[in-house]
Parts: sequence; structure tokens; C-alpha cells
Amino acid sequence: MEAGTQQTTGGGRSLDRSPLSRLPDRLVRVGLTAISAAILVLLGYFFIKLTIEAKPVFEKFGVLNFVFDNNWDVSKGIYGALPLVVGTLITSALALVMGVPIAVSVALFLTELCPRRLRGSLTILVDLLAAVPSVVYGLWAFFFLIPKLKPAEQWFADTFHFIPFVATENVAGPNYFIAGLILAIMILPIVSAISREVLSTVPPDQKEAALALGSTRWEMIRTAMLPYARRGIVGGSMLGLGRAIGETIAVTIVIGDNPILGHSVFDQGYTLAAVIANEFNEAASDPLHRAALIGAGLVLFVLTLLVNSIARLMVLRSERQGARPMTAAAAEGL
Amino acid sequence: MEVGALQPRGPLPPVSGRRRRADRFARSLLWLATGVAIVPLVLVIYYILSKGLGALSVEFFTTDPTGDFFGAQGGVKSAILGTIEIVGAAALVAVPLGVGVALYLTEYGGDGRLARAVRFFVDVMTGVPSIVFGLFIYLTLVLAGVGGSSFAGWKGSAALALLMLPVVTRSAEVVLQLVPGSLREAALALGAPRWKVIVRVILPSAASGIVTGSLLAIARAAGETAPLLFTATIVKATTFNLNEPMNSLPAQIFQDLKQPNDELVQRAWGGAITLVAMILIVTLIAKLIQRRSRVQGAP
Amino acid sequence: MDPDRIDAPEQAEREAGDRPAPSRSPAAPRAAAAPGRQPPTTKRQVELRGLSAYYGDHLAVKNIGLYFSAADVTAIIGPSGCGKSTMVRCVNRMHEETPGARAEGEVLLDGVDLYGPDVDVVAVRRAVGMVFQKPNPFPTMSIFDNVASGLRFTGAERGETDDRVRKALVEAGLWEEVKDRLGKPGLGLSGGQQQRLCIARALAVDPEVLLMDEPCSALDPVATLRIEELIGELKERVTIVIVTHNMQQAARVADTTAFMLSGELVEVAPTDKVFTNPDDERTEQYVTGKFG
Repeated sequence: MEAGTQQTTGGGRSLDRSPLSRLPDRLVRVGLTAISAAILVLLGYFFIKLTIEAKPVFEKFGVLNFVFDNNWDVSKGIYGALPLVVGTLITSALALVMGVPIAVSVALFLTELCPRRLRGSLTILVDLLAAVPSVVYGLWAFFFLIPKLKPAEQWFADTFHFIPFVATENVAGPNYFIAGLILAIMILPIVSAISREVLSTVPPDQKEAALALGSTRWEMIRTAMLPYARRGIVGGSMLGLGRAIGETIAVTIVIGDNPILGHSVFDQGYTLAAVIANEFNEAASDPLHRAALIGAGLVLFVLTLLVNSIARLMVLRSERQGARPMTAAAAEGL
Repeated sequence: MEVGALQPRGPLPPVSGRRRRADRFARSLLWLATGVAIVPLVLVIYYILSKGLGALSVEFFTTDPTGDFFGAQGGVKSAILGTIEIVGAAALVAVPLGVGVALYLTEYGGDGRLARAVRFFVDVMTGVPSIVFGLFIYLTLVLAGVGGSSFAGWKGSAALALLMLPVVTRSAEVVLQLVPGSLREAALALGAPRWKVIVRVILPSAASGIVTGSLLAIARAAGETAPLLFTATIVKATTFNLNEPMNSLPAQIFQDLKQPNDELVQRAWGGAITLVAMILIVTLIAKLIQRRSRVQGAP
Repeated sequence: MDPDRIDAPEQAEREAGDRPAPSRSPAAPRAAAAPGRQPPTTKRQVELRGLSAYYGDHLAVKNIGLYFSAADVTAIIGPSGCGKSTMVRCVNRMHEETPGARAEGEVLLDGVDLYGPDVDVVAVRRAVGMVFQKPNPFPTMSIFDNVASGLRFTGAERGETDDRVRKALVEAGLWEEVKDRLGKPGLGLSGGQQQRLCIARALAVDPEVLLMDEPCSALDPVATLRIEELIGELKERVTIVIVTHNMQQAARVADTTAFMLSGELVEVAPTDKVFTNPDDERTEQYVTGKFG
């Protein structure tokens, strides 16, 4: 027993450690805490800086007008961002509508139906969709998808012209639809990975309960798996939404970069992220223009913050049920 | 009895054809969806290979773009090196800081208010678009001419580091949390100070997971174009000076593809192959490490 | 006699009402099933013939021949890992849900082989219900929806569903306790109530047989007793097979008890005989607590 000795014997096992030997511990603790707190400070500074730089355009037009006016005219110095906001929302919605069902189906397939030998390789293939950089997706879509799909889009627009927002005289090459499609491909891996994780943690005794009642496999999935996983899947989809909202390069290549509110999904359009990327060069010399772009960036920032907060909250709630999809996704670097 | 229904046999009730058809239909849809999901990957890889393979040559990798429209256009050496430099510098900053924050969250912060706030906002930060980070760096570093230059490679690194930091933090936190509490307690019970426990016991045990997460963050950063347009822009010459404007593969690809010159376009596709290959290699290495460590039972 | 029934020669003799012959070793693959008390009718009778179950290459259940009679409660006892759960899961073909698992042999319900080539496993599970060790009501559903879940697969009409749910809850002895809160989540009930909810859910689809895999092991003694009473009430309606590691429970609820060891059926006989005067030495050692 070394109770009460003042001497440190081999490895500092006495109860009184010298203050010097405590120093590294304290330093580490303070250092790490400081870095972590700095993150909060940084984010706060972010927000403030963006707001300050955007002030000129808010002062000139008013915040509400800036966001809701349908008139983005650089040459006249008028900045109403509605076409950009709507364009962002439309393309993201399209991405969700096209991407989430496929992503969840793939997740279901990999968890329930896939033969075990194939599971590993198919999972990697789906995850590899995330390895293609956005600029490559954008350019592939521009040079390959757009010409290939144009006739089909025109046919669709003509045949289903009664559906709102479909009909259009001339399907534009780059348009909302193609942007939504490429975004769907880009969010597929993240929504699928999270869904996979949530589905794989459905307790087996739930599945057995359904099967033991005499259900087909699909009925079991519908009764025992999907309701259980619903919240996590929605959370994962919202994360995908967040990605879609912020995606810049791929969208700017294929959306036509036209700051008008199109009438059809096959018209050209613009998004908040795309406008910043495209116009900031010009705007270098025009303070108001620059402020407008920063204002667009601010709107974008707030939008993604909102969507992602909701998404994380939803998935956190589902995590309490036992699934840990966010942690798994985080481990995948998503 | 309806078509396809199973007749009752003794005590067994009939199974309606509708249910069996619905089950079969649903299953086929799931198979189909998986096929549909993989098709774009195959198409993209095939496309860039078919368009860009022709551009790949020794020259392609060893000369800088000349910027000339006619005549020798050169290769993309500066772009490749630039990407490596910029992403490398970003990783050098983001990985230690990210792991540091993760260590704070798991070892020191616990459930305190600061820790919860940090955790939440780091999570939220993973969703911020890369262009917003680029914009922020543009405003704070480029316009202000910090470091005596406007556009500079290191500013691009800063933007990418902001992007990578939350990703590294989250994935490191997950892995660190998986280190068994009993391991920690045993080491602490031996009288070792906390920092030593971290360095000698916890970090090594979580190492492969942290490496995986960092590699995946690097892969993601390497593919980003938007933030670099604002911060490092695009130049022609190779430079090792991070304080100068620097080229990068995504930027080079983006610019080349806009040119109405077939050879430049082909060079762009060659660049695309190179970039995709680099990212794929990093991603696959990361997944391999992950798989290996799972098999061995480590976190 | 029911023409669908496959007769074993010994059956005919015993139909005359004799006391059942003592258990026989299950060595022969098509051995006549070891008897329980012979039922007055052949309805709701299960016969296992040469049933073997594998996990991959590992043989967990070895060539079992056994009867489960209607209006009878049969208990399966034996030490941990002896294969009793596996065997019971073969009766409703849940065993094959485990990856790599398969079964061989025949399971006859009223003469129909449940492993027959043109038998749909969905129908089997409808006719043979199961209650699990840990209560597993569907967490996202209300009490009503839980009980109705099996009915919803076949799309019964609203009025009919209401009736059947009520009937099932009454039979499970839960109706009085939940009738005013059918819309509340199933998870809000106590453990014993949840298990009775699962019983109601299984009963709602009108099975012939009810398999219970250690249904009380997660419950407190009061809840356990309640369920044991329930078993006594239910046995006229469904053939009950209960797996239990609790010999006192077997003694309390079962008419017939089967003892398994290392995947084999060692002995099956009326319960008092198994516990007071078993034929096989291993049975005697187990029931007197010498091992297991």
C-alpha cells in the first residue's frame, strides 16, 4: 500500500502526484476542449460574416423581397432570388422522388433478398456511386444523358401533357429534370447506406412474429420492417435532400443556368448553388452583385442547416429504438 | 378459386393468388431497383474510359497544360500535383483537429452541454454545401488578401479542411466510442494519466477505423470543384508553393470541357479517368481496411 | 376413418381405447410415432416422422417420431441445447428461415405433410401458430392492430375483423383489461399482458396448433401462472405444444411430456409417468435434477 507517501514510485502510483506530472493531462484536456469550442465559434462567425457581407443587397431590397421576388436580372442590378430558390427546391424534390424509392428498394434488397455470396460485392458497387466526383457526373450527364434522353423527354411531355408542370413546347436540353435525375444518382449511396443500416437493425423477433402469422416475405417487410425503420429512412432521405440542395457543379452544368421560373420540369432553370458558382467571377467588380450572391449563399446555408437539423433529430429519435444509422453512416464518411 | 391460388389441403387454409402475385411482384421490383442503381455507375465508368483513354500518355502525366488553344496543349501534371498538394494539406489540418474534437467528445466531454452542442453542430456541419465553405473562405481569406496573396493553394486547402473536419470528427467519434470501456478502465486503474491512456491504448485500438474515416473524407474532398474555384482557382504551371494560385484536377477538367477543341475535351476526359481512379483507389483502400478490421473484431 | 390419414398399424389397435403403449426408441426412420393419449378424432393432430434438422452440416435434431394430440397439451423438456426449440420450429417451418438451416422428414398435420412439395409455407404458418420466448408485439401498432395483423394479410372486412379481434382477446384472457384502450400501443402493456397479446394475435387467425417456445421464461411468477391457466382453457380449441425448461411447469400444464437429449427423443409418456416412473434412465436422471 502506498497510501500517503510523498515519493512517486515507478509510474506515479502514490496518491499525491506532483503537479508537473498532471500538466500534460490538463493541457490535453484544455486543448481539446478549446478546439471543440472553437468549432462553435467558427460556425457562429460564419453565419455573421455571411450576413454582414450580404447586407447591401438586403438593405436595398429587403430580406423578404430578396428571397421571394421573381426577378434575377444582373444587367439591371435587380436581385430577386425566387427562381433560384424554386429551382433549388424543384431539383431537390425531383431528386428525392426519383432517388429515395430506388435507394430504399436497394437497401431492402441487400438486407432481405440478396444471396449471401453477392451481398458484399453489390454493396460495394452501390457505395462506389459516391466515389465519382460531381464534376464527372455533371459532364457525363451533359454529354451523354442529355442527348440520349431528350427524345424520351419530349415524348413524355407530349403524351402526359395534362399533368401539371410537364407540358412544354420544346424540351430544353439542360433542364430541371436532368438536374434532378443526376442529383438522384448522387444521393442514392447515402440514402441507401443509412436505410440499409436501419433495416438491418430491425429486431429478428419482429420479423419472426410476422412470418409466424403466415405472411409472405413482402407482407413481412411491409408489416415488421418498414414501419419500424420508417423514421430512420425518412431521416436518411432528408440527409440526401440536404446534399441535393447544396450540390453545385453537377447542377450548374445541366440545368441551363437560366434565372427564370420554368413552367415545366423540362425547362431550363437555376439554383442557388449554381448561380454562385457561375456568377461570382463577374461579381468580383460589382459590390451589389457580390452581396446578392452572398445573400444567395446565406439562404442556401440556412436551408441546409434547417434540413439537416431536422434530419438528424429524426434519425436520433429512431436511434433510441436501437438502430444506429447515423453512427454507421458517419463511420462510412457520409 | 382465383387464378394462382393455393387450394386448401386438409387443415391448411388457401393462400390467395393475389398475395402470391404481390409477393413475387414486390420481389422483382427490388431486384430491378438494384439493377437500376448500378447502371449509372457502369455507364459513367464506361463513358469516361471510352472518351478519355486516348488522352492518357506519358506526356499527359508529365507536362503542364500550356493554355494554348492551338498546337501543343500539354498534359495535366500541374492539376494532378495540385490536387495532391491541396487535399494533402487539408488532410494534414483536418484529420488531427477532427480526431482531437472526437477525443474531446468521447473522453472528456461526455454528456455535458458543450459536448452536446458541439456534437449537434458538427453533425449539422456535415450537411453544409461545399460551395458555402468556399464562399466563406473567399470572403475571409481571399478578399482580405491574407498571407499576401489573393488566390492561393492553401486557401483552397482551408475550404476543403472545413469540409473534411466534421466528417473526420463524426467517423472518429463512432470508432472511439466502440473502444470497450473495460479497456479504458483497466488502463486508468493502473494509474496511467488520461492522456497516456489515450495515446497508448485508445488511439491504437481505434486506429484502423480512424484511418478509414479519414481516407473516405479525403476521397470526398478530392472530388470537390466548387470551393476551389473561389480559392485556389486554376492556373497552368505546377507550383509547390501553397501560397500561390494552384491548379487542381476538378478545376482543370471543368475548364477543358468548356472548350470547343476536341483534343482539349479528350484531355478533360483523361483527367476525369485520372481523378476517378485516384478517388476509387483511396475509397477501396479505406473499405479494405474497414473490412479487415471488422473480420479481426476490432472496431 | 378419415381417408386422408395415413395409418400406422399400431394406431388401429390403440383406437380400441387401450392404454397407450410406452415410448419406443425412435431409431427406425419410419417408426410409428411414439404415442400420446389417443384423441377421439383425428383433427388437429400433428405427427412428426423421421424429422431431422440441420444447421449447415450440424445435425441438431435427430430423426424424431412423435405425436401431438388434439385436446392435449404436450410439453417438451430437456437441457439447454438439446434441440427442443429447433424441433418445434420445424413444425411451423420457421426453422428454415435461419440461413443455412434445413429440415428432413415429414411433419403431418391431420395427415397432410407440411413439407410436401406443393405446400405453401405461408399456409403452414397460418395453421400452426407460434408464441415466442420474449413477447414481441409489433411496436408501431396499437393493441387492436397487433391482434388484427395476421387477419390483415388476407384482407378480412372491417366488421369481421372487429369480431375476430374481440374473440381472440377474450380467448387470451386479455379482453377485460384492454377493451377500453384498444387503440393504445401494444408496448404499453406489462410483460405478462404483452405475452397474452401475442397469444391473442396468434389465435386470431384460427390456427389448428399453437406452438409455445418457453413462453413464460421472461415473465414473473404471477404472469406465468396466468398463462398456465390460459393454456388449460385453450387446449380444447388448439393443439398445444409447449417447450419449457421448467419441469414444474410441465408437470402443471401438460398431459403428455416428451424428454429430449442431444437432439434425440428419449422418452414420451403421460406427464405423471415421466416424472414419477420414467422408463429411461436418462429421463429419470434429468427429472430428478442430476443434470441439466
